[in-house]
Order: sequence, then structure tokens, then C-alpha cells
Amino acid sequence: MNSVETIIESAVRLSVPLLLAGCGEYVAERAGTFNISLEGMMLAGAYTAVLGSSITGSPALGLLFGLAGGLLVAAAQANASHRLAANAFVIGVTLNLLVLGLTSFLDESFVLDPGRVGTFSIPLLSGIPIIGNAVFGGRWTLLAVYVVIPATWILVHRTRWGLEVRSVGEDPDAADASGVHVNVRRRQAIYWAGCLAGLGGAALSLGEVGGFNDNITAGQGFVVLAAVIFGGWTLRGTLTGCVLFGLADSLRLALPAIGYSITPQLLIAMPYLVALTAMVIFVRRQRRPGALGVQFVHGRR
Amino acid sequence: MIVPAHEKKPLHQPPPNVHRPPPEPLRVPAAKRVPTLIAVYGASVVVLLGLCYALIIIAGNSPADVADALYRGSVADLPAVSRTLQEAAPLLIVALGTAVAFRAGLVNIGQEGQVILGAVLGAIVGLEVGGPPKLVLALTLLASCVGGALWAGIAALMRYWAGISEVVVTLLLTFIAFQLVSLMVTESWLLRESTGSQLNLAPQSDPLPQGVALPFLGQPTGLMIGVGFLMAVGLAAIVALALARSRWGFRLRLLGLNPIAARCFGVRAGAVGGAALVLSGAFAGLAGGVVLTTSALRLQPYVSHNYGWEGLLVALLARQRPTIAVVFALVFGGLRASSTFVAATGLAPSLVNVIEASIIFAALVPAAYLALRKRNATGKAIAS
Repeated sequence: MNSVETIIESAVRLSVPLLLAGCGEYVAERAGTFNISLEGMMLAGAYTAVLGSSITGSPALGLLFGLAGGLLVAAAQANASHRLAANAFVIGVTLNLLVLGLTSFLDESFVLDPGRVGTFSIPLLSGIPIIGNAVFGGRWTLLAVYVVIPATWILVHRTRWGLEVRSVGEDPDAADASGVHVNVRRRQAIYWAGCLAGLGGAALSLGEVGGFNDNITAGQGFVVLAAVIFGGWTLRGTLTGCVLFGLADSLRLALPAIGYSITPQLLIAMPYLVALTAMVIFVRRQRRPGALGVQFVHGRR
Repeated sequence: MIVPAHEKKPLHQPPPNVHRPPPEPLRVPAAKRVPTLIAVYGASVVVLLGLCYALIIIAGNSPADVADALYRGSVADLPAVSRTLQEAAPLLIVALGTAVAFRAGLVNIGQEGQVILGAVLGAIVGLEVGGPPKLVLALTLLASCVGGALWAGIAALMRYWAGISEVVVTLLLTFIAFQLVSLMVTESWLLRESTGSQLNLAPQSDPLPQGVALPFLGQPTGLMIGVGFLMAVGLAAIVALALARSRWGFRLRLLGLNPIAARCFGVRAGAVGGAALVLSGAFAGLAGGVVLTTSALRLQPYVSHNYGWEGLLVALLARQRPTIAVVFALVFGGLRASSTFVAATGLAPSLVNVIEASIIFAALVPAAYLALRKRNATGKAIAS
């Protein structure tokens, strides 16, 4: 059925920024940091990608600029909360406000002419019915997702760095006693999240939309937060959540065209409702990082 | 192996009689502290002003115009002061609720959603319930308290029944609240405005009945103090006194500072903490009701107008102290009140966001830096 294929294809397309940012935020939350400024990181990445693509003329370099933009916001968040010990929530909310204002202002001030990331299509596999076109074809940013997901898994679960990051999120005092630099690992985890969130924002502006609009991310950073929670702080769960929420977005756009009318507010609220319900249902099985959201001050005990 | 008593060594060796000078006092004397404070905050203010100046110049506006607009909009004359007080009232009420929750050790960041729910329930009561206007007004405000309390109550339930962090739940509930209010004013079987023609239906509710609005004391040309502001100040005094002097306040602070000791002393986390969270929601809901009955006078999707987020910021900047929160609420209220004036100078609204964020950073970063220095200095003093 053509409409099913279209829905699946657009679901995958819309999930790409969420998946990229989700891989990043997964690491940050495993480290015990709750990044409210993820939205700001994605938005900054979206704008700097468009800026970079305009300046250099190459969308690929634009993606790298986007990565840098997200990293910049992450640097502010990480250093203010985990070096200076300012309240992480204030910093997060304020950074979101700052990035929103700054990107809107810069977008109004300069006219940019970005390119758009090209498309690819794997010859045989994209012929598979229903999912072929969605999963084995699309923009190059989809390939970035296929690279980033295993890379994140290997980084978190098969390297010493990943082990230290996970220990820092679970019990920072024990990690500190073992000689792990708690705040250093937390900052590094936030940098990783910032890079990937910036890349996700870049995938949104250069890959999907082809330009920058005011508040282009429109809360997708918070959807990613909900996805990590929905996934019970596992990578598999986070990615499932991101794809599910991308599907919800795609349904919201596609169903009215087909003829069904579902209240749009329900579909927009769906990620958050689903995350809350999943938290309640799976509360026993969930392994929340023990020290999530609690800032660590060396020598506080 | 049994050791004869006279061969047993004592467990504690008495310390050798070494003459050591008494350790340096860890508290830096005030004479040394004040210059550092001035220097750090001064540097922060200078950077802030420089940044704002540069941004405004780049935008092509005149900083003098903007500063003038800020002044004229917030404190220049009595009507401006009235506007500032009116804008500060909901911020203060939200900040008070936030302070109560944080002092109990609960992180409530869903004030925006609770404000919305307060406005929604207040609008339902205000529009559906008939009767003398003052009674309906009182019921509206009561209903808005209940609305905010219910929304925070969901978070309290999930926290104390299922062990789910209230940070996450309150944040997610905020986004659900946005969609809820949008639904309420879009569906005609809910609160959507009922007009004769089907054209031009804006997503908003009917206006509140005549008289269901918080009165103002004073003249429009002079100082007009709204009942909302008086309520806010009264609540600030009550909360400050209750937190500092009452048994309930003591239990609350004990729970926040040391939950284990609190449990040993018979303070039930579920009862006291849950009540604190519900109370903070009630405050935020009341703020929503105040906004509804003062400036909005009908339910619209953006009825909360960022009062929730800014109230949270006010509380966090004031370190959860009700008295200092009054000051910060007035400052932020002044910024909000002058926003139309600033917009009239032609300054892009996005830049106003940037300036506001910079102000918050300028207030926050020096405090964090000074705390860091103090910690490092203390550490060095202990180590030496």
C-alpha cells in the first residue's frame, strides 16, 4: 500500500535527528546528567550547519559546523554545571532561551543560502517492499545514524571510558573513591551529547528542511529526553522511543491527508504520554542511573 | 593467643607533645570578602553590559533608546510601576511555590504546566459556574489552585508510589499541559469560543463574565496595585514566616536537608514531601488563576506566557528564599512590563530573549565561581 510506505518512509526521515540526538543524550544520562539544554544544542547545531554550508558551499562541511555548534552549547552547559557547580536546571533553561533568541536574531540579520544534503539509494535493498526505500535509501544523514548507533554502543559498553561514565552516573562517590574523575567524565559525556545533538540539528536543517526557520527544532530536544526515559535508559529503548516518536510525528502529518482525523494535540503529546506510561509500567524493570540529576561536588562527604 | 595484661599495648597512643600553631580560620574575614565580591560581580556586570551593547549595535538599534525604553516601561512613572507590579505578582507566587518544593528537597520544574492547568480549571469554573461575580471570582481562584495542585499531585503520586523522579515527570507534564490547553480551546464541545459566525474562529475561550476579574486599588493615572500583587506579597510573608518559624516549615526543611534524619525523627517523606509538591503546584495554579483574572480574562493557548519558567528562574536565582524572591520577581516583572516599550524601539524580540538569558548568566556565574573559589580555598586550608 502506497500510503503505508509513505508513512514509514517519512517516519524514518523524521526520526533521523531524534536518533542522532538520542544516542548523545543516552550517554549523557548514563553519566548522571539530565540535559535540559539538549533543545538548545540541537537548535544551535541546526543554525551553525546552515551557516557553515552557506559559507563553505558544501553541505557535508555544514554538518561538521553543526556538530561544532552543538558542542559549543554543550561546553557552556558542562562547564557551568559540572565545573562551576551552578544549578544545572537554571543553566539548561537559560541556555535554551539564549540559543533560541540568538539563532532567531542571526537568522533575521543575515541571508543564508545553504545547500541540501544529497540522497543515496542502495540498489538492490531499496527494492524491498514497504521498508526498502525508507531504510536503505534517503539522505546521507541516515547513513550517519547507521554509523553513530554502533559507535555509541561500542563506546559505552566496550571501552574503559564508557565503563567509567556509567559508574559515574550510577554512584559518583564510589567512582570517585575508585579514582575516576567524576566531573571530568560528566563533562565529556555532555560534550558527546552536544556533538551528536548538533549533528541531529544539522540533519534536520540541512537534510530535512533545506534551510533554517525560527525555532526549527520546536521541542524535539525534549522529545529526545522523553525517549531516553521511555527506553528505560538503555540504548535499544532510546532508539525504539525515537523511532516511535518519529512515527507519531509522521502520522500526525499523514493521517489527515489520508482521511482519518485524529486530534493533532493528542499526537503531539503522544511522546510525553507514552514516556510517562512506560515509566509507570516498567518501573520495576527500569534501571535509572542512581545519581541522575544530582550534581557532584568533590569531597562533599 | 592470650597476652598478659601488662604486655598489652594501649589502643590509642597519646599524641606527641608537638607545639603546633592553631589552624587558620576557614572563614575569610568580611574585609577581604567584600572587595572580591565587588570585583567578581562587577566584572560580570561589565561583561553583560558590553555584550548587550554590542548586540544592540549590531542589530542596528540604539542602546540609549533601549535603555530608555526599559526605564520608561518599568519604573519611570506610576502607571509603569503599576504594570511592573502586575507582571511581578504571578512570578512571585510561582517562585514561592517553587521555594517550598525545593526546600523539601523536591525538584519541581513543571511550573509552566501547573500554571496552565490552573488557568484551565479556573476558566472552566469561571465560565460554567453562575452566581454573583465576586463569588465566581473566589471559586475561580480556588479552582485554579486545585488545578495546579492536581497536576503536581500526579508527579507526587508517581514519586512516592512508584519511585519515579519528579524532575522528569513534572517536565513531561508541562508539555502535555500545552497540548491540553490547546485542545480545550480548539474543540467546540470544550471551551471554544461560541460566536455567531463560523468564520474567523480564533482558538480561545469565551471571555470571563463581567466582574469576574481581580480588582485594582488606585487610579489608572496613578499607582494601581492589583489584588493579585497584594495576594502575592501576603503569601510571601506567610511562606517566609512558615518556613522559618513554624513546625511544618521545620519538618519541611529537615526533609530537604537530611531525609534520613527526617525519617528518624518521624517526618514521613510521603506526607510532608508530597504535600510540599502539591502545595507548590497549587501556588503555580493560583498564579495561573491570577493571570486569567487579571490580564488574560479568557483562556488562550499561551495563557501561561512563560510565567511558569520565569517564576522558576526567580526562585532558583533567589536560592529559594522568599524574601529575596520578591526582589527578583520585581526585576523580572519590570523586564516583562517594559517589553512592549522595548519592542516599540524596533529591537528584535529574539534579542530580548538573549539579553534576558545574559542577565541570568550574569547573576548566576559569579555566585558559582565564588562558591568554587571558597571550596578550593577551604580545601587548601584543611590540607595545609
